[in-house]
Amino acid sequence: MFDFISDYNDPTLLGAFWMTVKLTVFSGIASLVGGTLLAAMRVSPVPLMRGFGTAYVNIVRNIPLTVIIVFTSLGLADIFGMTMGAPDDFALQGFRLAVLGLSAYTAAFVCEALRSGINTVPVGQAEAARAIGLNFSQVLGLIVLPQAFRAVIGPLANVLIALTKNTTVAAAIGVAEAALLMKEMIENEAQTLLIGAVFAFGFVVLTLPTGLFLGWLSKRLAVKR
Amino acid sequence: MTEVSVAKEDAAATGDLVVLKSVNKHFGALHVLQDIDLTIARGEVVVVIGPSGSGKSTLCRAINRLETIEGGSITIDGKPLPHEGKELARLRADVGMVFQSFNLFAHKTVLENVTLGQVKVRKKDKKAAEERARALLDRVGVGAQADKYPAQLSGGQQQRVAIARALAMEPKVMLFDEPTSALDPEMINEVLEVMQQLARDGMTMIVVTHEMGFARSAANRVVFMADGRIVEEATPDQFFSNPRSDRAKDFLSKILHH
Repeated sequence: MFDFISDYNDPTLLGAFWMTVKLTVFSGIASLVGGTLLAAMRVSPVPLMRGFGTAYVNIVRNIPLTVIIVFTSLGLADIFGMTMGAPDDFALQGFRLAVLGLSAYTAAFVCEALRSGINTVPVGQAEAARAIGLNFSQVLGLIVLPQAFRAVIGPLANVLIALTKNTTVAAAIGVAEAALLMKEMIENEAQTLLIGAVFAFGFVVLTLPTGLFLGWLSKRLAVKR
Repeated sequence: MTEVSVAKEDAAATGDLVVLKSVNKHFGALHVLQDIDLTIARGEVVVVIGPSGSGKSTLCRAINRLETIEGGSITIDGKPLPHEGKELARLRADVGMVFQSFNLFAHKTVLENVTLGQVKVRKKDKKAAEERARALLDRVGVGAQADKYPAQLSGGQQQRVAIARALAMEPKVMLFDEPTSALDPEMINEVLEVMQQLARDGMTMIVVTHEMGFARSAANRVVFMADGRIVEEATPDQFFSNPRSDRAKDFLSKILHH
Protein backbone atom coordinates (compact mmCIF):
# COMPACT_ATOMS: atom_id res chain seq x y z
CA MET A 1 0.00 0.00 0.00
CA PHE A 2 2.87 2.36 0.86
CA ASP A 3 5.22 1.02 -1.81
CA PHE A 4 4.84 4.19 -3.92
CA ILE A 5 6.99 5.95 -1.34
CA SER A 6 10.08 3.98 -2.29
CA ASP A 7 9.68 5.07 -5.94
CA TYR A 8 10.86 8.57 -5.02
CA ASN A 9 14.60 9.02 -4.58
CA ASP A 10 15.31 12.66 -5.43
CA PRO A 11 14.47 13.57 -2.77
CA THR A 12 13.23 10.67 -0.74
CA LEU A 13 10.31 11.20 1.64
CA LEU A 14 12.68 11.53 4.58
CA GLY A 15 14.98 13.77 2.55
CA ALA A 16 12.08 16.11 1.77
CA PHE A 17 11.08 16.32 5.43
CA TRP A 18 14.71 16.87 6.36
CA MET A 19 14.62 19.94 4.09
CA THR A 20 11.49 21.08 5.95
CA VAL A 21 13.35 20.69 9.23
CA LYS A 22 16.34 22.64 7.93
CA LEU A 23 14.11 25.47 6.67
CA THR A 24 12.36 25.57 10.06
CA VAL A 25 15.55 25.56 12.14
CA PHE A 26 17.44 28.18 10.13
CA SER A 27 14.41 30.45 9.73
CA GLY A 28 13.49 29.91 13.38
CA ILE A 29 16.88 31.06 14.64
CA ALA A 30 17.09 33.99 12.22
CA SER A 31 13.55 35.17 12.99
CA LEU A 32 14.19 34.91 16.74
CA VAL A 33 17.22 37.16 16.40
CA GLY A 34 15.46 39.51 13.97
CA GLY A 35 12.27 39.60 16.03
CA THR A 36 14.22 40.41 19.20
CA LEU A 37 15.99 43.28 17.45
CA LEU A 38 12.66 44.57 16.13
CA ALA A 39 11.11 44.37 19.61
CA ALA A 40 14.10 46.25 21.05
CA MET A 41 13.55 48.92 18.40
CA ARG A 42 9.86 49.17 19.19
CA VAL A 43 10.53 49.92 22.86
CA SER A 44 13.66 52.03 22.33
CA PRO A 45 13.74 55.71 23.32
CA VAL A 46 14.85 56.69 19.77
CA PRO A 47 11.77 57.74 17.72
CA LEU A 48 13.39 56.77 14.39
CA MET A 49 13.98 53.20 15.58
CA ARG A 50 10.48 52.95 17.03
CA GLY A 51 9.10 54.19 13.71
CA PHE A 52 11.12 51.66 11.72
CA GLY A 53 10.08 48.78 13.98
CA THR A 54 6.41 49.71 13.81
CA ALA A 55 6.47 50.19 10.03
CA TYR A 56 8.31 46.89 9.45
CA VAL A 57 5.89 44.86 11.54
CA ASN A 58 2.79 46.44 10.05
CA ILE A 59 3.96 46.06 6.48
CA VAL A 60 5.50 42.59 6.62
CA ARG A 61 2.90 40.78 8.67
CA ASN A 62 0.14 41.98 6.35
CA ILE A 63 1.72 40.69 3.13
CA PRO A 64 0.90 37.07 2.21
CA LEU A 65 3.89 34.81 2.76
CA THR A 66 3.57 33.48 -0.80
CA VAL A 67 4.10 36.99 -2.15
CA ILE A 68 7.19 37.44 0.03
CA ILE A 69 8.71 34.08 -0.94
CA VAL A 70 8.03 34.58 -4.65
CA PHE A 71 9.49 38.08 -4.39
CA THR A 72 12.74 36.74 -2.95
CA SER A 73 13.15 34.59 -6.04
CA LEU A 74 11.70 36.71 -8.85
CA GLY A 75 12.56 40.06 -7.26
CA LEU A 76 15.69 39.79 -5.17
CA ALA A 77 17.41 37.07 -7.18
CA ASP A 78 16.25 37.60 -10.76
CA ILE A 79 15.89 41.39 -10.91
CA PHE A 80 18.36 42.62 -8.25
CA GLY A 81 20.85 39.80 -8.78
CA MET A 82 20.93 38.76 -5.11
CA THR A 83 22.20 35.20 -5.51
CA MET A 84 22.85 34.58 -1.79
CA GLY A 85 26.43 33.45 -2.44
CA ALA A 86 25.31 30.60 -4.68
CA PRO A 87 24.97 31.95 -8.25
CA ASP A 88 25.29 28.53 -9.92
CA ASP A 89 23.71 26.20 -7.36
CA PHE A 90 20.01 26.89 -7.79
CA ALA A 91 18.93 24.45 -5.11
CA LEU A 92 21.12 26.14 -2.50
CA GLN A 93 20.16 29.59 -3.74
CA GLY A 94 16.48 28.72 -3.50
CA PHE A 95 16.96 27.35 -0.01
CA ARG A 96 18.73 30.47 1.19
CA LEU A 97 16.18 32.77 -0.42
CA ALA A 98 13.40 30.79 1.24
CA VAL A 99 15.11 31.08 4.64
CA LEU A 100 15.47 34.82 4.08
CA GLY A 101 11.80 35.22 3.16
CA LEU A 102 10.52 33.01 5.97
CA SER A 103 12.74 34.76 8.53
CA ALA A 104 11.76 38.25 7.41
CA TYR A 105 8.08 37.26 7.65
CA THR A 106 8.26 35.35 10.94
CA ALA A 107 10.39 38.02 12.63
CA ALA A 108 7.37 40.35 12.60
CA PHE A 109 5.34 37.80 14.57
CA VAL A 110 8.19 37.04 16.98
CA CYS A 111 8.52 40.77 17.57
CA GLU A 112 4.86 41.15 18.46
CA ALA A 113 4.85 38.09 20.74
CA LEU A 114 7.91 39.43 22.51
CA ARG A 115 6.48 42.91 22.81
CA SER A 116 3.42 41.55 24.57
CA GLY A 117 5.86 39.74 26.87
CA ILE A 118 7.67 42.98 27.60
CA ASN A 119 4.33 44.44 28.66
CA THR A 120 3.97 41.73 31.32
CA VAL A 121 7.20 42.85 33.05
CA PRO A 122 6.30 45.38 35.76
CA VAL A 123 7.66 48.91 35.20
CA GLY A 124 9.40 48.71 38.57
CA GLN A 125 11.80 46.06 37.24
CA ALA A 126 13.18 48.45 34.63
CA GLU A 127 13.19 51.35 37.11
CA ALA A 128 15.19 49.35 39.63
CA ALA A 129 17.61 48.34 36.89
CA ARG A 130 18.07 51.94 35.80
CA ALA A 131 18.45 52.99 39.43
CA ILE A 132 21.56 50.83 39.89
CA GLY A 133 23.13 52.44 36.85
CA LEU A 134 22.46 49.97 34.03
CA ASN A 135 22.19 51.57 30.59
CA PHE A 136 19.30 51.02 28.15
CA SER A 137 20.70 47.94 26.43
CA GLN A 138 21.66 46.36 29.77
CA VAL A 139 18.22 47.04 31.24
CA LEU A 140 16.66 45.41 28.19
CA GLY A 141 19.14 42.55 27.81
CA LEU A 142 19.65 41.61 31.47
CA ILE A 143 16.34 42.40 33.12
CA VAL A 144 13.40 43.01 30.78
CA LEU A 145 13.93 40.60 27.86
CA PRO A 146 14.84 37.53 29.96
CA GLN A 147 11.59 37.95 31.86
CA ALA A 148 9.65 38.78 28.69
CA PHE A 149 10.94 35.64 26.90
CA ARG A 150 9.84 33.41 29.75
CA ALA A 151 6.40 34.94 29.65
CA VAL A 152 5.93 34.30 25.92
CA ILE A 153 7.35 30.81 25.38
CA GLY A 154 3.76 29.66 24.77
CA PRO A 155 3.00 32.26 22.08
CA LEU A 156 6.46 31.70 20.57
CA ALA A 157 5.65 27.98 20.32
CA ASN A 158 2.62 28.98 18.24
CA VAL A 159 4.85 31.07 15.99
CA LEU A 160 7.30 28.18 15.60
CA ILE A 161 4.55 25.70 14.74
CA ALA A 162 3.15 28.15 12.20
CA LEU A 163 6.65 28.57 10.77
CA THR A 164 7.09 24.81 10.41
CA LYS A 165 3.93 24.62 8.36
CA ASN A 166 4.70 27.84 6.48
CA THR A 167 7.89 26.28 5.11
CA THR A 168 5.60 24.52 2.60
CA VAL A 169 5.33 27.86 0.80
CA ALA A 170 8.99 27.44 -0.19
CA ALA A 171 7.70 24.91 -2.72
CA ALA A 172 6.56 27.92 -4.73
CA ILE A 173 10.19 28.70 -5.61
CA GLY A 174 11.15 25.06 -6.12
CA VAL A 175 12.77 24.22 -2.78
CA ALA A 176 12.67 20.44 -2.51
CA GLU A 177 10.83 20.21 0.80
CA ALA A 178 7.87 18.07 1.84
CA ALA A 179 5.09 20.00 0.09
CA LEU A 180 6.87 19.93 -3.26
CA LEU A 181 7.31 16.17 -3.04
CA MET A 182 3.68 15.80 -2.04
CA LYS A 183 2.59 17.72 -5.11
CA GLU A 184 4.75 15.53 -7.30
CA MET A 185 3.39 12.33 -5.74
CA ILE A 186 -0.22 13.47 -6.07
CA GLU A 187 0.36 14.20 -9.75
CA ASN A 188 1.87 10.73 -10.36
CA GLU A 189 0.05 8.38 -8.02
CA ALA A 190 -3.52 7.28 -7.52
CA GLN A 191 -3.62 7.22 -3.70
CA THR A 192 -4.29 10.95 -3.24
CA LEU A 193 -5.90 10.64 0.19
CA LEU A 194 -3.19 8.34 1.45
CA ILE A 195 -0.46 10.70 0.26
CA GLY A 196 -2.20 13.60 1.97
CA ALA A 197 -2.42 11.59 5.18
CA VAL A 198 1.27 10.63 5.05
CA PHE A 199 2.36 14.25 4.75
CA ALA A 200 -0.12 15.49 7.35
CA PHE A 201 1.22 12.85 9.72
CA GLY A 202 4.79 13.95 8.95
CA PHE A 203 4.04 17.51 9.97
CA VAL A 204 2.25 16.44 13.14
CA VAL A 205 5.33 14.39 14.05
CA LEU A 206 7.40 17.58 13.72
CA THR A 207 5.11 20.05 15.42
CA LEU A 208 3.42 18.09 18.20
CA PRO A 209 6.61 17.43 20.22
CA THR A 210 7.66 21.07 19.65
CA GLY A 211 4.43 22.30 21.19
CA LEU A 212 4.52 19.84 24.09
CA PHE A 213 8.18 20.54 24.89
CA LEU A 214 7.78 24.32 24.79
CA GLY A 215 4.61 24.11 26.87
CA TRP A 216 6.54 22.17 29.51
CA LEU A 217 9.45 24.63 29.28
CA SER A 218 7.18 27.64 29.70
CA LYS A 219 5.79 26.23 32.95
CA ARG A 220 9.25 25.37 34.19
CA LEU A 221 10.77 28.77 33.44
CA ALA A 222 7.80 30.90 34.48
CA VAL A 223 8.91 33.88 36.59
CA LYS A 224 7.26 33.81 40.00
CA ARG A 225 6.26 37.20 41.35
CA MET B 1 12.54 79.89 59.31
CA THR B 2 15.48 79.84 61.75
CA GLU B 3 15.75 76.07 61.55
CA VAL B 4 16.34 76.20 57.84
CA SER B 5 19.22 78.59 58.08
CA VAL B 6 20.80 76.52 60.85
CA ALA B 7 20.59 73.48 58.64
CA LYS B 8 22.22 75.37 55.79
CA GLU B 9 25.14 76.46 57.95
CA ASP B 10 25.69 72.85 58.98
CA ALA B 11 25.60 71.91 55.33
CA ALA B 12 28.26 74.43 54.43
CA ALA B 13 30.58 72.91 57.00
CA THR B 14 30.38 69.34 55.75
CA GLY B 15 29.54 70.02 52.10
CA ASP B 16 26.21 69.94 50.33
CA LEU B 17 25.53 66.62 48.64
CA VAL B 18 22.12 67.10 47.08
CA VAL B 19 20.88 70.55 46.11
CA LEU B 20 17.48 71.24 44.57
CA LYS B 21 16.81 74.76 43.30
CA SER B 22 13.33 75.98 42.34
CA VAL B 23 12.35 72.60 40.95
CA ASN B 24 9.01 72.49 39.11
CA LYS B 25 7.03 69.67 37.59
CA HIS B 26 3.49 69.11 36.31
CA PHE B 27 1.50 65.93 35.80
CA GLY B 28 -0.95 67.30 33.24
CA ALA B 29 -2.83 70.06 35.02
CA LEU B 30 -1.51 69.03 38.44
CA HIS B 31 1.44 71.15 39.61
CA VAL B 32 3.07 68.34 41.56
CA LEU B 33 6.34 70.08 42.47
CA GLN B 34 6.18 73.83 43.02
CA ASP B 35 9.43 75.78 43.42
CA ILE B 36 11.11 73.18 45.56
CA ASP B 37 14.32 74.37 47.24
CA LEU B 38 16.05 71.74 49.32
CA THR B 39 19.63 71.15 50.37
CA ILE B 40 20.87 67.94 51.89
CA ALA B 41 24.26 67.84 53.53
CA ARG B 42 26.67 64.94 53.49
CA GLY B 43 25.75 62.50 56.25
CA GLU B 44 22.37 64.08 56.86
CA VAL B 45 19.17 62.06 57.24
CA VAL B 46 16.17 63.93 55.90
CA VAL B 47 12.70 62.51 56.29
CA VAL B 48 10.03 63.78 53.91
CA ILE B 49 6.48 63.44 55.17
CA GLY B 50 3.11 64.73 54.05
CA PRO B 51 -0.32 63.64 52.93
CA SER B 52 -0.59 61.42 49.85
CA GLY B 53 -0.52 63.32 46.60
CA SER B 54 1.69 66.00 48.14
CA GLY B 55 4.52 65.27 45.67
CA LYS B 56 6.97 63.67 48.10
CA SER B 57 7.44 60.47 46.08
CA THR B 58 7.86 62.49 42.91
CA LEU B 59 10.48 64.60 44.65
CA CYS B 60 12.36 61.47 45.70
CA ARG B 61 12.22 59.98 42.21
CA ALA B 62 13.28 63.25 40.59
CA ILE B 63 16.59 63.13 42.46
CA ASN B 64 17.82 60.23 40.32
CA ARG B 65 15.78 61.34 37.34
CA LEU B 66 13.27 58.52 37.32
CA GLU B 67 10.98 61.52 36.99
CA THR B 68 12.12 64.36 34.75
CA ILE B 69 11.67 67.93 35.92
CA GLU B 70 10.52 70.90 33.87
CA GLY B 71 12.23 73.77 35.62
CA GLY B 72 14.94 74.43 38.16
CA SER B 73 18.03 72.38 38.82
CA ILE B 74 19.16 69.37 40.81
CA THR B 75 22.84 68.86 41.57
CA ILE B 76 24.41 65.86 43.27
CA ASP B 77 27.88 66.25 44.74
CA GLY B 78 28.34 69.46 42.76
CA LYS B 79 27.34 67.95 39.41
CA PRO B 80 24.04 68.85 37.74
CA LEU B 81 21.80 65.91 36.87
CA PRO B 82 22.74 64.85 33.30
CA HIS B 83 20.28 64.03 30.54
CA GLU B 84 19.47 60.45 29.56
CA GLY B 85 22.57 58.49 28.55
CA LYS B 86 25.90 57.22 29.90
CA GLU B 87 26.44 60.14 32.28
CA LEU B 88 23.05 59.62 33.86
CA ALA B 89 23.66 55.90 34.31
CA ARG B 90 26.92 56.69 36.08
CA LEU B 91 25.18 59.14 38.39
CA ARG B 92 22.40 56.70 39.19
CA ALA B 93 24.98 54.15 40.27
CA ASP B 94 26.04 56.67 42.94
CA VAL B 95 22.47 57.20 44.14
CA GLY B 96 20.93 54.20 45.87
CA MET B 97 17.19 53.80 45.53
CA VAL B 98 14.79 51.69 47.55
CA PHE B 99 11.25 51.38 46.22
CA GLN B 100 7.91 50.87 47.91
CA SER B 101 7.34 47.66 45.95
CA PHE B 102 10.92 46.33 46.42
CA ASN B 103 11.38 45.70 42.67
CA LEU B 104 13.88 42.91 43.14
CA PHE B 105 14.76 41.31 39.80
CA ALA B 106 12.25 38.46 39.79
CA HIS B 107 14.23 36.09 37.55
CA LYS B 108 17.45 36.35 39.55
CA THR B 109 18.40 34.94 42.94
CA VAL B 110 18.89 37.19 45.94
CA LEU B 111 22.67 36.92 45.54
CA GLU B 112 22.49 37.74 41.82
CA ASN B 113 20.31 40.75 42.61
CA VAL B 114 23.06 42.15 44.82
CA THR B 115 26.00 41.27 42.53
CA LEU B 116 24.51 42.37 39.19
CA GLY B 117 25.23 46.09 39.52
CA GLN B 118 28.69 45.54 40.95
CA VAL B 119 29.69 43.34 38.03
CA LYS B 120 27.91 45.13 35.16
CA VAL B 121 28.27 48.74 36.29
CA ARG B 122 31.24 48.81 38.68
CA LYS B 123 33.09 46.16 36.62
CA LYS B 124 34.13 44.23 39.70
CA ASP B 125 35.11 40.62 39.25
CA LYS B 126 32.45 38.12 40.16
CA LYS B 127 34.17 36.72 43.21
CA ALA B 128 34.76 40.05 44.89
CA ALA B 129 31.19 41.07 44.09
CA GLU B 130 29.80 37.90 45.67
CA GLU B 131 31.91 38.38 48.74
CA ARG B 132 30.64 41.91 49.19
CA ALA B 133 27.08 40.79 48.44
CA ARG B 134 27.19 38.08 51.10
CA ALA B 135 28.63 40.51 53.64
CA LEU B 136 25.86 43.01 52.90
CA LEU B 137 23.17 40.34 53.03
CA ASP B 138 24.50 39.26 56.42
CA ARG B 139 24.49 42.87 57.56
CA VAL B 140 20.80 43.27 56.72
CA GLY B 141 20.05 39.86 58.20
CA VAL B 142 19.11 37.82 55.13
CA GLY B 143 22.41 36.03 54.50
CA ALA B 144 20.70 32.65 54.75
CA GLN B 145 18.37 33.48 51.85
CA ALA B 146 21.11 34.25 49.32
CA ASP B 147 20.26 31.45 46.90
CA LYS B 148 16.49 31.86 46.94
CA TYR B 149 14.38 33.79 44.47
CA PRO B 150 12.67 37.02 45.57
CA ALA B 151 9.17 35.47 45.41
CA GLN B 152 10.24 32.95 48.08
CA LEU B 153 10.98 35.72 50.60
CA SER B 154 8.67 37.71 52.86
CA GLY B 155 8.12 41.39 52.10
CA GLY B 156 10.40 42.49 54.90
CA GLN B 157 13.17 40.21 53.70
CA GLN B 158 12.73 41.40 50.12
CA GLN B 159 13.00 45.02 51.16
CA ARG B 160 16.17 44.32 53.14
CA VAL B 161 17.64 42.62 50.07
CA ALA B 162 16.68 45.72 48.07
CA ILE B 163 18.59 47.86 50.58
CA ALA B 164 21.61 45.54 50.24
CA ARG B 165 21.36 45.77 46.45
CA ALA B 166 21.49 49.57 46.64
CA LEU B 167 24.34 49.55 49.18
CA ALA B 168 26.38 47.21 46.99
CA MET B 169 26.94 50.11 44.60
CA GLU B 170 28.61 52.11 47.40
CA PRO B 171 26.23 55.03 46.86
CA LYS B 172 26.86 58.57 48.05
CA VAL B 173 23.24 58.99 49.00
CA MET B 174 20.31 56.63 49.54
CA LEU B 175 16.76 57.44 48.50
CA PHE B 176 13.91 55.59 50.19
CA ASP B 177 10.51 55.93 48.52
CA GLU B 178 8.01 54.76 51.15
CA PRO B 179 10.06 51.65 51.93
CA THR B 180 7.64 50.22 54.48
CA SER B 181 4.27 51.15 52.98
CA ALA B 182 3.77 47.80 51.23
CA LEU B 183 4.78 45.72 54.24
CA ASP B 184 2.71 43.78 56.73
CA PRO B 185 2.85 45.55 60.11
CA GLU B 186 5.01 42.91 61.77
CA MET B 187 7.69 43.31 59.11
CA ILE B 188 8.03 47.07 59.24
CA ASN B 189 10.41 47.09 62.16
CA GLU B 190 12.98 44.75 60.67
CA VAL B 191 13.34 47.15 57.73
CA LEU B 192 13.36 50.29 59.89
CA GLU B 193 16.08 48.79 62.08
CA VAL B 194 18.31 48.31 59.05
CA MET B 195 17.64 51.89 58.02
CA GLN B 196 18.35 53.17 61.50
CA GLN B 197 21.68 51.34 61.55
CA LEU B 198 22.48 52.87 58.18
CA ALA B 199 21.71 56.33 59.54
CA ARG B 200 23.97 55.74 62.54
CA ASP B 201 26.76 54.68 60.16
CA GLY B 202 26.63 58.13 58.61
CA MET B 203 24.89 57.39 55.29
CA THR B 204 23.24 60.38 53.65
CA MET B 205 19.57 59.46 53.40
CA ILE B 206 16.42 60.96 51.96
CA VAL B 207 13.46 59.01 53.27
CA VAL B 208 9.86 59.43 52.17
CA THR B 209 7.80 57.68 54.81
CA HIS B 210 4.73 57.59 56.99
CA GLU B 211 6.72 56.12 59.89
CA MET B 212 6.71 58.97 62.39
CA GLY B 213 8.66 56.89 64.90
CA PHE B 214 11.51 56.56 62.42
CA ALA B 215 11.38 60.28 61.68
CA ARG B 216 11.61 61.08 65.38
CA SER B 217 14.47 58.73 66.13
CA ALA B 218 16.65 58.77 63.03
CA ALA B 219 16.09 62.05 61.18
CA ASN B 220 18.26 65.14 61.44
CA ARG B 221 15.54 67.11 59.73
CA VAL B 222 11.91 66.68 58.82
CA VAL B 223 10.59 68.17 55.60
CA PHE B 224 6.81 68.49 55.49
CA MET B 225 5.24 68.68 52.03
CA ALA B 226 1.68 69.46 51.02
CA ASP B 227 0.18 70.20 47.59
CA GLY B 228 3.53 70.15 45.83
CA ARG B 229 5.25 72.61 48.18
CA ILE B 230 7.64 72.31 51.08
CA VAL B 231 5.51 73.80 53.85
CA GLU B 232 7.82 73.33 56.77
CA GLU B 233 11.35 72.18 57.61
CA ALA B 234 12.45 71.56 61.19
CA THR B 235 14.21 69.20 63.54
CA PRO B 236 12.02 66.22 64.42
CA ASP B 237 11.59 67.40 68.02
CA GLN B 238 10.46 70.81 66.98
CA PHE B 239 8.24 69.56 64.18
CA PHE B 240 6.37 66.97 66.20
CA SER B 241 6.01 68.94 69.43
CA ASN B 242 5.51 72.37 67.99
CA PRO B 243 4.64 72.52 64.29
CA ARG B 244 4.40 76.08 62.97
CA SER B 245 2.11 75.77 59.96
CA ASP B 246 -1.60 75.03 60.18
CA ARG B 247 -1.23 72.47 57.41
CA ALA B 248 1.31 70.51 59.47
CA LYS B 249 -0.78 70.82 62.65
CA ASP B 250 -3.79 69.48 60.80
CA PHE B 251 -1.75 66.59 59.31
CA LEU B 252 -0.21 65.63 62.63
CA SER B 253 -3.55 65.74 64.44
CA LYS B 254 -4.92 63.29 61.90
CA ILE B 255 -2.12 60.76 62.15
CA LEU B 256 -1.14 60.99 65.80
CA HIS B 257 -4.45 61.29 67.64
CA HIS B 258 -6.08 57.91 67.34
